[in-house]
This record gives sequence, structure tokens and C-alpha cells, in this order.
Amino acid sequence: MTTIALHALRKEYAGQVAIPDLNLEIADGEFFTLLGPSGCGKTTLLRMIAGFNSIEAGTISFDGTVINDRPASERNIGMVFQNYALFPQMTAAKNVGFGLQTRKIARAEAERRVGEALESVRMSHLKDRLPGQMSGGQQQRVALARALVIQPALLLMDEPLSNLDAKLRVEMRDTIRQAQRAAGITTVYVTHDQEEAMAVSDRIAVMNLGVVQQVGSPAEIYRHPANRFVAEFIGKTNILERDLVRQDGRTLVELSAGQRLDVTDLVGPSATGKVHISVRPEAVKAASSGLAAEVVDETFLGSHSQVRARLESGDIIEFLEFSRRSALWTQGDRVFLEVDTDQLTLFDAASGVSVMRGAGD
Amino acid sequence: MKIGGKPVDGWTSVALLLTAGYLFMVVWPLITVLISSVTNADGFSLDGFATFFSSRLYYGTLFNSIVVTVCVTVLTFIIAFPLAYFMTMFRIPGNRTIQVLILASMMSPPFIGAYSWILLLGNNGLITRWLKDIGLEVPSIYGFAGIVLVLTLQLVPLIFTYLMGAWRTIDVSLLEAAESMGMTGWRRALKVIMPLLLPTVLGGSLLVFVRAFADFGTPMLIGQGYRTIPVLIYSSFIGEVSVDHSFAAAVAVIVIAVTLGVFLLQRYIVDRRTFAMTAMRAIEPTRLKGWKGWGVYAYVYGFLILALAPLVVVVISSFRNTLYGQFVEGFSFRNYVSAQRDIVRYITNTFSIGVTALVLLVIVAVLVSYLTVRRKSALTGALDTMTMVPYVVPGLIIGIALITAFSQPPLVLTGTFAVMVLALAIRRLPYAVRSTTALMYQFSPSIEEAAVSLGASKIRTLVQVIVPALAPGILSGAVLSWVTIITELSTTLFLYNTSTQTLSLGIYAQVIRGQLGTAAALSTILLLLTMLSLFLLMRMSGGGKEIRI
Ligand SMILES: Nc1ncnc2c1ncn2[C@@H]1O[C@H](COP(=O)(O)OP(=O)(O)O)[C@@H](O)[C@H]1O
Ligand SMILES: [Mg+2]
Repeated sequence: MTTIALHALRKEYAGQVAIPDLNLEIADGEFFTLLGPSGCGKTTLLRMIAGFNSIEAGTISFDGTVINDRPASERNIGMVFQNYALFPQMTAAKNVGFGLQTRKIARAEAERRVGEALESVRMSHLKDRLPGQMSGGQQQRVALARALVIQPALLLMDEPLSNLDAKLRVEMRDTIRQAQRAAGITTVYVTHDQEEAMAVSDRIAVMNLGVVQQVGSPAEIYRHPANRFVAEFIGKTNILERDLVRQDGRTLVELSAGQRLDVTDLVGPSATGKVHISVRPEAVKAASSGLAAEVVDETFLGSHSQVRARLESGDIIEFLEFSRRSALWTQGDRVFLEVDTDQLTLFDAASGVSVMRGAGD
Repeated sequence: MKIGGKPVDGWTSVALLLTAGYLFMVVWPLITVLISSVTNADGFSLDGFATFFSSRLYYGTLFNSIVVTVCVTVLTFIIAFPLAYFMTMFRIPGNRTIQVLILASMMSPPFIGAYSWILLLGNNGLITRWLKDIGLEVPSIYGFAGIVLVLTLQLVPLIFTYLMGAWRTIDVSLLEAAESMGMTGWRRALKVIMPLLLPTVLGGSLLVFVRAFADFGTPMLIGQGYRTIPVLIYSSFIGEVSVDHSFAAAVAVIVIAVTLGVFLLQRYIVDRRTFAMTAMRAIEPTRLKGWKGWGVYAYVYGFLILALAPLVVVVISSFRNTLYGQFVEGFSFRNYVSAQRDIVRYITNTFSIGVTALVLLVIVAVLVSYLTVRRKSALTGALDTMTMVPYVVPGLIIGIALITAFSQPPLVLTGTFAVMVLALAIRRLPYAVRSTTALMYQFSPSIEEAAVSLGASKIRTLVQVIVPALAPGILSGAVLSWVTIITELSTTLFLYNTSTQTLSLGIYAQVIRGQLGTAAALSTILLLLTMLSLFLLMRMSGGGKEIRI
């Protein structure tokens, strides 16, 4: 049972900085996800924790002990790879047993544990199959069992679902989550899929360009994104550029001509100047009065439809409507939009950093 | 401990050890040849080179070699391209068998070809006498024509296998696209297919060039007055007239310069014309009708007969009666029985030396390819380049280099078991390293990391995970190496003595001594051994599909 601390970590590839200076703390038993676009350094960081990458500066500690110089084979980690990485010449059972063999576990004990591990991922019936005779989903189950059976201090997974089809992905996601809960193993999970991250994680670190943008629970980073990058990367959002206006001690922002919003209680006291306002689709709904807008198009998606409408300012807002109307709106229909102020997030236009009350100042 | 941010581990020591071994066993001997080419008893001297260029008797051999090699290289391509084209585009009865037989003819001991063409078309050959009986005079097989005939037949299969491999990567849609633009038949073959195959063709042609240029057995047996440069090296080193090592070394250096030049030229051309292709749909062969069909069959089967004729002749000859080494009427097992003590000795040596060389070869090849693929660094890069050195150095010269370097104290290896093993392993190493490296590249690094993350040590990962996973590929590569090892002649020609004489050396000695019957019997045994090995290869999973020499 392990806590992990990354302190002032730095990674360079032949002089090119991939991770400049990274700090993170991961709690015991936590399902922690590194989330970010491709190339942001997730794999790099994971492999540093695993011991496969050199560390240019900083420290990695397990339970308060710096393990920078401990070889990968002695870090007691279980690892699940994107391409499964099963040993092609060994059966499922042999694959799962490999880590026990290196740990010199007695044969009877090892057999029992292999059986249990395969059972926990519902693969007992295929224990004598070679990897080449298994589907991708089955291989990944075996890989998961192989990583868990050694009761590792830490479970590392690098995009384990990205080679699977959509349906399997959801199924496997639940298997992973259950297995991790049952074993209570501290887990670092890497993905670029924000939905997947939200579904499995206790906490998420959103990364971009080797820098952690925000760490928090899925709900926290969705509702209170620390900057514009996070707001746009997690879920969908509309961004409006506006000026903050100070009037009689109040802070106002003009959403549309004549429609002024009082955001005094939302933003920090020092907020000023140009801001970017993130308006989540679910913060907007059609109403009998509000912001005047003109429909651009409406796409029917079954239980709901997706509407795009142009404000008088020219900005286009995208939002969702339950399918209650008998006919769809068409281009040019006039509507009024009501915006739920509590679901807005304001960012400084220049820096992109949140100017919300309690976010940073 | 750390160097440049990377942890130093056991692999670095392995790389250092291998590099040191290679420097000492390969590079140093070659350097001694270079040194000996520019020195005589009084120190620095270019006499060796001067002698070479002073007499037509000497520089003429270089000219001869180049003419032979260019002819053979061009001819092999001209013959092999239609062969591969027909085999790919058209349905030919027995296609699979034909491919196996062509492969077998390529893998048969090189000098057996020369030897059996002499049995057929030589002064006292079967066909020669038969034609004489009906009053026809055949042109002599000896000299230029014979060398070109034998080498071409021997090397067509080589470039053919290269072409067949490359053909599999061509997607049929490319051909359909050409057809939709009105380009079909030969025009399409030349304008569309040929350019796509060019890198392969050049790669294969280089090999043909190097083989033909360096071949010693064929011109020695069938060349007679037409002397090529390997024959010159041999005779000046063995010293029929006078021993002049400085001269022999100078000639060796010239030969290396030529092959190296061709090698670099080919690299330069191929580097700029490599296409990444994968065939989604491979070419579907069509059935041919009418005279076109017969023409194609005649071509394919005709070649096959020519290629296999030497092998059949040797086997039959081995059962003919002989008198003072020459064939006479009647058939029996006498050739085998009378030479049985030699045969046992040769076979024992072939196996003990061959297997030891093979084991050494496979171990070094696995280590080197692992290092160059997984532990890229300046050191492993240098190691990779070094292992390629014997690729451009003819076997005869490797032999000379080993003799020159290890014939005086502190290390005298000449005539030992060790030097035979060493020479054969060195000779084959470039090919083995390249095929193992290709395997290693296909092997996902995360499998290795998975093993390490599960607590496996480096040795355990290599022995329990990597090698077993690559075993089928390594094994089929080893069988091919084995076949080339047991048929190798020129590398060991200077290095053996009676206690280390192998089958192929035995055949050579018997032919030179005029014991044609014994030579045929030994050749048949070697052929049988080769065929058995190839049969084994075909049976192994994955074998036979992508066979590259
Ligand atoms: N072995 C390597 N050598 C050089 N650069 C690398 C290597 N691995 C990753 N990089 C670079 O480091 C950055 C982060 O890569 P990576 O960690 O693989 O990103 P992610 O996993 O988030 O997609 C990228 O810019 C990538 O090009
Ligand atoms: Mg990645």
C-alpha cells in the first residue's frame, strides 16, 4: 500500500525538455489518472515512475523513500500496456505466473494465485490459450491479471483500452475499476480520453506540454476548471470573449447587447479587463425571455438534439435541448436563451487562468 | 553508476566485450593484411601494388574478374526477373515445389556446380562424348564461358528469391491502376513493377556481385587459363612459384576496395529510392492458355532443369565405377566404400566444427542484434557496423587475414579447430546479425518491459522471454547459416589441416587430386546433408516463407 510523491521532476530527451518541473502526490489506494492530449508527456511520466526512463532532475518517492535509482525490476510494480505485451510463447496461465516465478513463490501457492487472478478477470476457461489465439479484450484481461497477481505496490496502465473497440472499452473499463477497488492497489492510469478518465478515476491530473494544469476529482475539474485549456479539454464548452466592467463596486459583464450579468460574487476581487467566459452546453436553455439569438441549425440525436444559435454579438452558442417539440427549429428561427450563471467559468483572456473566486487568489 | 544520464548495466559490458572480441578477431587481422600490403622486409613499400599493376598476368585477373562479375550480375537479373514475374503472375503447375527446388539448387555447395558441368561438358564429359559420337564438336566449357554459366545458374535463384519476396509487398491495386490507364503486359512490368522492385533488385544484385567477384571454387575448377582475381590471390599466397605475402595482401586490399565501392554505391542508390509498401491484396496468379502458356512453362521448367542438372549428375556419378580416379563403365558403391575412412573423418569434422561455429554465431548474433535494436548508442552502432565488415570481405581474404594475424606467437591458431570455427562464424555473422536484427525490430519493446516490471533480471528476460519468443525465426535463420557453413570452401581453404578437414574441403582436395569418384560420393553426401537441413527448415513453422540468404 503505497503513496507516491513526485517532486520537481524533470525529463529531457536529448536536450529537448518533455517535462520541465512536475509535482504530484498520489494517495494510498487511489485511482489516479494522467489525462491530456497526445504528446503531452503522460507516457513519459508513467515510464519514469516505472523505472524505464531516466530522470534528469527531481525525485520520485514511494512511501516517502526516494526510489530514483531503484531498477524497474525491483520497484514492485504491475504494468498494463496498450499493446497488451503478453509473452507470445507462453499460455495465459504461464503469463500470469511469470511474476510469481521471478519472486520464487512456491509452486502450489503460485498455482492458486494464478487461478484466482484469472478468475477475477473471468479468463479461467482460456488459461491454456496462447496470446495469438485470444482476442484483444481477452489478452488485455490476461495482462491485467498478470499485473495484479504479484500484488504490486503500484499498478501502472498506459492507455490499456485504446486498442479495443468501443463496446469492449466500456466493459473492460468496469473490469479494471472493480479489480482495482477489490485489490485496493494505488493505480496510475494514462489516457487521452476524457470520458474514460472521468468514468474510472478518483482524481485526475490534466496535463499539457509536460505541465500539470489541474489536479482534482472528475467533478471538480469539470465544474471548476483551473484554466481555459482544462475547460475546453474536459467536456464541451462555448467560449465568449468579453470585458469585465466595474460599476458602483459591482463587477459586470455584458453577455449580449443590453444583457448585463452581475458576476461580483463569482470572480475574484482583483479580476479585471478582458475575460473568456466558458459556457457549458448544459448551462444554456431556451426560454421565453433572455438572450435573443437566431438558430443556425439543430441536429436531432434521439432523446435530445444539439442546437447552435448565434447571439446578437455574433458569437455562436451550442447547447442541448430535450426532444419535446414536434418540429425542429430551422435556420433563422428566433429564440431566447437563459444562462445559468452558476455554471459559468471566467478566465483571464491573456493568461487563460481562471479568475473565479477561490481559484488562485 | 551513470554515464550521460543512462544507467550503466550488464549490457554495456556485453557490448564492450563483443566490440573487443570483434576488434581483435576481425578488424585486427584485416589491418595486418593492410599493413602487410604496404610493407616488405625493409619497411614501408608499395612493391606489392607495383607488381600487380606491372604485368598483364596480374592486373588482367582483375579485369577478368570484373568482366565475369558484370556479365553474371546482368545475366542473373535478365534470367531471374522473367522467372519471378511468371511465377507471380501466372498459375504454374507445381509452383510451390518449383520454388523449393530453386531454393535447393541455390543452397547446394557452390563448387559442385562447376564440378558437375565438367562431368557433363568437360573434355571427357558425358554430353561432350555423346556429341562427339554423332560427329559434333562442342565449344570448350573451360574458361570464361564455363565460369559465367556456372555462376549464373548458381546465382539466379538468389536474386529470384529476393524478387519473390519483394513481389509479395506489391498491392494488386497498383497493377490495376496501371491497367486502367491502358498499361499492361511487359510495358507494365517494366514501367510500374520494375521501379518498385528496384531497391530489392539492387540489394540482390549487390549480393550476386559480391558472391561472383569473390568466388574461388568455380574459376579454380573450370577456369583453367582464364584466371580471376581470387585464383591469383590463392596461388600467390600458397606460392606455387614463390611465396609473396606482401603481393597477395596487396591484391586482397584491391579486392576489398572494389567490393566496398560497389557496396557503398548500392547503399547510396537504395537509400534514395526506398518505398514503404504493404500489400493489402496480393497479386492473384492467372491461368495462361495457348502458346503463351507453353512458352512460359518452357522457360520455368527449362531453367529448373538446368539448375538441377548438376545435382543429378553428381549423384549419378557417385555410383559410377572409377579407375585411377577417372570414370569407367559400370555402377557400384565402390566410391563410397573405398573412401569410407575419409568420409567418416570429413563428416565428423563437418559436424563438430559446423555446430560449434553455429552456436557461437547464433549467440553473438542474438546479442549484437539485441544491443543494436534495444540499446542504441555510439558503441552499439559501431558494433553493428563492424559486424557488417565480412560482408564486403571475400572468404578467401578472411582466411588470409586470420593466418597473417594468428600464425606467430603469442597466439598461434593456424591449423587448429578454433580457427576453423572462428573463420566460419565470422564469415556468416553479417547475414545472421541482419536476419536476427529484423526479428528483433518486430519484437515489441513493451514485452521486454513487461518482464522487467514483473521483477525479471536482464538475463532472465533474455533467456526466458526474448529468445523463446524469437526462437522460430532464430532457428530457421540458424538452419540457413548451417547450410552455408557446411558448404563454405574459400574461407577455410588456408586454415585447415587433415584433422580439421570438412566435407567441402575434402571434395575440393579430391577434385584437385583427380579423384573424381570420391569427390562425387562426398558431394552426394554433402548434398544430402544440405537437402535434409532445408527439408527441416520447410517443416518448421514460418520457415520457407521468407528465406533470405
Ligand atoms: N524516446 C523518445 N525520444 C525522444 N522524444 C520522445 C521520446 N518519447 C517521447 N518523446 C517526446 O516527448 C513528448 C511526450 O511524449 P509522450 O510521453 O509519449 O506523450 P503522450 O504519452 O502524452 O502521448 C513528445 O513530444 C514526444 O515526441
Ligand atoms: Mg502515450
